[in-house]
Amino acid sequence: MLQGWFIIAAAFAYLCVLFAIAYWGDKRAAEKRSIISNPYVYTLSIAVYCTSWTFYGSVGRAASSGVGFLPIYLGPTLTFILAWFVLAKIIRISKVNRITSIADFIASRYGKSSYLGGLVTIIAVIGIVPYISLQLSAVSDSFTVLTQYPVIAMAETVPSVPIFADTAFYVSLFLGAFAILFGARHLDASEHHEGMVAAIAFESVVKLLAFLAIGVFVTYGVYDGFGDIFSRAQATEGLARLFTMEGAGGYGSWVSLTLLSMAAIIFLPRQFQMTVVECTNERHLKKAVWLFPLYLFLINIFVLPIAFGGLLHFPQGGVNADMFVLTLPMAEHQEMLALFAFIGGLSAATAMIIVATVSLSTMVSNDLVMPVLLRFAWLHLSRRSDLTGLILIIRRATIAIILLMGYLYVRLIGDSYALVSIGLVSFIAAAQFAPAIIGGIFWKGASRAGAIAGLGGGFLLWAYTLLAPSFARSGRLPESFLLDGPLGIGMLKPQALFWLEGLDPTSHALFWTMVVNIGLFLAFSLCTSQSIVERSQAVQFVDVFKRTATGRHTWQGRATVGEIKQLLARFIGRIRMENTFSELEKSLVRELQDDSVASVEVIAFAERQLAGTIGAASARIMLASVVREEMHDMDEMLEILDEASQVIEYSRRLEEKSHQLQSVSDDLKAANFQLKELDKLKDEFISTVSHELRTPLTSIRSFSEILHDNPDMPEDKKNEFVGIIVKESERLTRLLDNILDISKMEAGKLEWQLQVLDPKAVIEDALAATAGLFQKEDNIRLHTDLPDNLPAVHVDADRLTQVLVNLISNAVKFCDMNDGTVWITAKAKDGALCVSVRDNGIGIAPHDHEKVFKRFQQAGTLETQKPRGTGLGLPISVEIIVQFGGEIWVDSEIGEGATFEFCIPIAAGDGDGLPFTKEGGTG
Amino acid sequence: MSQSILIVDDEAYIVTSLEYLMKSGGFEVEVAYDGEQALTKVAEKAPDLIILDVMMPKLDGFEVCEKIRANPLWSAVRIIMLTAKDREAERNKGLALGADDYMTKPFSTRDLLKRVKKLLSEERIAG
Repeated sequence: MLQGWFIIAAAFAYLCVLFAIAYWGDKRAAEKRSIISNPYVYTLSIAVYCTSWTFYGSVGRAASSGVGFLPIYLGPTLTFILAWFVLAKIIRISKVNRITSIADFIASRYGKSSYLGGLVTIIAVIGIVPYISLQLSAVSDSFTVLTQYPVIAMAETVPSVPIFADTAFYVSLFLGAFAILFGARHLDASEHHEGMVAAIAFESVVKLLAFLAIGVFVTYGVYDGFGDIFSRAQATEGLARLFTMEGAGGYGSWVSLTLLSMAAIIFLPRQFQMTVVECTNERHLKKAVWLFPLYLFLINIFVLPIAFGGLLHFPQGGVNADMFVLTLPMAEHQEMLALFAFIGGLSAATAMIIVATVSLSTMVSNDLVMPVLLRFAWLHLSRRSDLTGLILIIRRATIAIILLMGYLYVRLIGDSYALVSIGLVSFIAAAQFAPAIIGGIFWKGASRAGAIAGLGGGFLLWAYTLLAPSFARSGRLPESFLLDGPLGIGMLKPQALFWLEGLDPTSHALFWTMVVNIGLFLAFSLCTSQSIVERSQAVQFVDVFKRTATGRHTWQGRATVGEIKQLLARFIGRIRMENTFSELEKSLVRELQDDSVASVEVIAFAERQLAGTIGAASARIMLASVVREEMHDMDEMLEILDEASQVIEYSRRLEEKSHQLQSVSDDLKAANFQLKELDKLKDEFISTVSHELRTPLTSIRSFSEILHDNPDMPEDKKNEFVGIIVKESERLTRLLDNILDISKMEAGKLEWQLQVLDPKAVIEDALAATAGLFQKEDNIRLHTDLPDNLPAVHVDADRLTQVLVNLISNAVKFCDMNDGTVWITAKAKDGALCVSVRDNGIGIAPHDHEKVFKRFQQAGTLETQKPRGTGLGLPISVEIIVQFGGEIWVDSEIGEGATFEFCIPIAAGDGDGLPFTKEGGTG
Repeated sequence: MSQSILIVDDEAYIVTSLEYLMKSGGFEVEVAYDGEQALTKVAEKAPDLIILDVMMPKLDGFEVCEKIRANPLWSAVRIIMLTAKDREAERNKGLALGADDYMTKPFSTRDLLKRVKKLLSEERIAG
């Protein structure tokens, strides 16, 4: 009856029942009538600890080492009874921080470090692979054994079978599909997997019942109770030693295995998932503290009787002790009991695989892949509207890959190891998390660097002392690697590191990995300083029971409620987001407008929601991208410190601002002063101009009125007065022209028509224009010295003429009244053309030299009848000469006449319109 | 005996026109082209009235006025300030310094003559 198809059908039916339970559990959870929220289901779900390794392997180990199987169950019992407060603290911390996995827990504790989360994930995946492979080979072996019925024969060594004829391969495929359907159907890592928990609890019942049934059958059906079996065994040669501690591998091995399993019950990812993440109520732990040890006790009661029964039943050997649970009912032709045993083993294996892959895939997607993907800006993930699809794909792929790796490990290692030994390899990997977590929740000084160093070092040593030897033993690495050490270096023998002999491989590996892990963890923690986020997380984790409030995060930033909602919708879906937000509104007792600035509570709320889906580290990255500002995360002390530093920063900025204001105000003062000066200058200018204009106007008006009122004035007087009126009118016109010129020059609005010109022609033009002055004053002589080969200059002809006329008329005006002489000289000098106009008049005192070039200033008094100048001629000349790039000055003493001279640069080259320079060569 | 007028201005044409105007009005006329000259002329022989420009080289009109008023001997001398400075503040300054009248350039010749005559018709006793 026990044909392959029947067994497969039975297994399939069993898995369908599991699905039904899971479905029911999910449905009840949605209706808020949870079936798992009680300490019994909680305890049964923790019993996922008992895998096919327990189901088959305990008997196997008992058959070879008697009570040597016990430490694996003694450890968890001790943990639950003696170290329950560690669990309680981890659970509280995880609830407060919405932790999704062990990687999330460690990353969160050490400053929400995504590197650390990734490292933990990698260690967990690699460390758990042997454990998964163990389940695969147990299921496939038990299937193979069962299909041989009624013949009792062991499964063949795996590597000798081609992959497609390998039962383990199909078991992997089948369980992979099952795990994906079960654990990654839809995205709900943020919630409890209530359906899964219900199914796992059911499986725990099945495996317990199956094992008890076999135990009762063997003890009371085949034999005559415990006393009968034990006395028979004691009487049998070779079995007696199983009753001693020597047979159990010695006390050293006992202690190390006990410690190891104490750690494993907390730190195996699947245990963390069930005990911590899926815990619906912290109070359930109180009952689990004694219920779980009771479960362990029950499932172990019949281990020794079955082991002895098997050894007594198959005295000739040839039957693997790991399979006694199956082979004993088969040998007694109890088909249904054998099938029940198979289903029990299957339930133990599937429970482990489901929970392990679900927890690992959550870690891989939340702590390894998403943080990496989110860092690639070019993927634009942070802008994708819906990431749930992507996350699901990552999780499903992770499950498939993990099972594939498990299968490959089975094929590579073969059956060179007993089930128990393979399981212990994973136990030691999980134990690597112990220092970082235990240290992290009890010691605030534990730092990220310490955690990374400890985990990394411990993991590398684990790979060297356990993983590598498992490959060597199965022939995948040269055997000499084990016996003589790598390259024959005895000190580095992986199972006798630094000549540490005499320990079993497990104790040896535990010793060295822990020495290195704890040593590095302590050393780096003591030598490095923590970041602010790290410090505040440390305080929050260590002091979790001291505070009632949930995570105290303070975000500073200006994100709107709408932006936060959008972000949340991307990860948990729009409907769930709407629901959670309406709950938040209810609890805050106010409505949240989409365009209002998200308050600290809203952002913290969103972070917790997000942390539930994608882990704390990723949540932080995502929120930071929306809130656009670094988070200040702190406990009260840090808050105060931070506030203080903010105040300091604020006052620093204030000081900076006040400096800026001071300098601006100084600038303004200076500008104002300048403006006032300019205003004063302008006023003076206007007043002066007004005075200068009024003077000729006064003469004109006075003489006009005199002429008008005195019609019978003598003709010569009349002519004299009319002449004055004409002269003063001309003066007025000149004045206006000059004022216009100078204001245009100052405003830069005067158009200059610069040309390269022969200066001699310009000077002659000016002489022609002033010829009238010399003719009128026949007592003034003119001397000119104008060579023919004067260099060309780049000037505006009219303006240069204006300067020359101005200087010549001044010279005529101020030269000696009785015997006047004016000299005009031009010559090339040092790359410049210099023209001087000299008179033999009264001269100008040296202290007045500067004054004559200022506006409306004239040196000394003029007691002449000659018309006065405008007071602007020389200032205008200065402007013009400066525009040409030259200089003008006066050379004079009182009574010695005056010489006005200017020099302008010679035009560069002979091209028209070229710029001129003072250094220019001869044109 | 006809009354005497001192004309003080640095602008030769204006002096010419005032000289002609006052002479045709029947006054004796003296001229000065700056403040110092003016004070010299006053010291030689105090005129009945001075037509005083303000902006002049050496001593300006305000200073000349101040010095004349500081000397009680010359308290009977009438002073008309005739200047291109047309601001109220300057006008007040001139009057405060003791000028009897203040006129701005350009001025009406008839108006000036009228004021000169009016001032000279008022009785004043030299101290």
